[in-house]
Amino acid sequence: MGNPLDSIWGTIITGFVLTAILYAVVDSLV
Amino acid sequence: MEGSNIGLFFRWGHLLAGITWIGLLYYFNFVQVPFLKAVSADGKSEAFKHLVPRALAWFRYGALATWLFGAALLGPHLGDAFMLQGQYAVIGMGAWLGTIMLLNVWGIIWPNQKRVLGLVPASADEKKRAARMAFLASRTNTALSIPMLFFMAASGHGLALFN
Repeated sequence: MGNPLDSIWGTIITGFVLTAILYAVVDSLV
Repeated sequence: MEGSNIGLFFRWGHLLAGITWIGLLYYFNFVQVPFLKAVSADGKSEAFKHLVPRALAWFRYGALATWLFGAALLGPHLGDAFMLQGQYAVIGMGAWLGTIMLLNVWGIIWPNQKRVLGLVPASADEKKRAARMAFLASRTNTALSIPMLFFMAASGHGLALFN
């Protein structure tokens, strides 16, 4: 498997996945 | 600072500088990188002389101004945000992501781009490595901008989403 950051769509999908993970983190703090 | 007239001025500046910064980040990733891959050696050399340095200057000072206006906007709540305290955890996560992105711009992207552009002497191998580092840091910032903008927007309009 290559680095997802090498492709534009891999980068964008990485951003959405990170959003979901960080949302769960912040949701547990608020 | 939020809710005051001076707060509005800081928010306005934060948005103007942020659009300059992230607009150029998306331009680099979605337009310039594919363009430089496709263009002739002469075209690339012209772009490195007259286009890329100008875009990078607006990019890195846009990043700095965005962070400074953002910090001023948080004012006395800057500490609460960075400590992810209560409701400030929402804007705090955005602030952490923005701070990591700013450090990426000034600490990784710009020093490596200076080698790529020939502003700092470097061998062909060093230039190749610097280009890869700058590319990955720029792509990392593009990915980080997605949750960063989510938390920025959520702090103003989506607090009900959290608990």
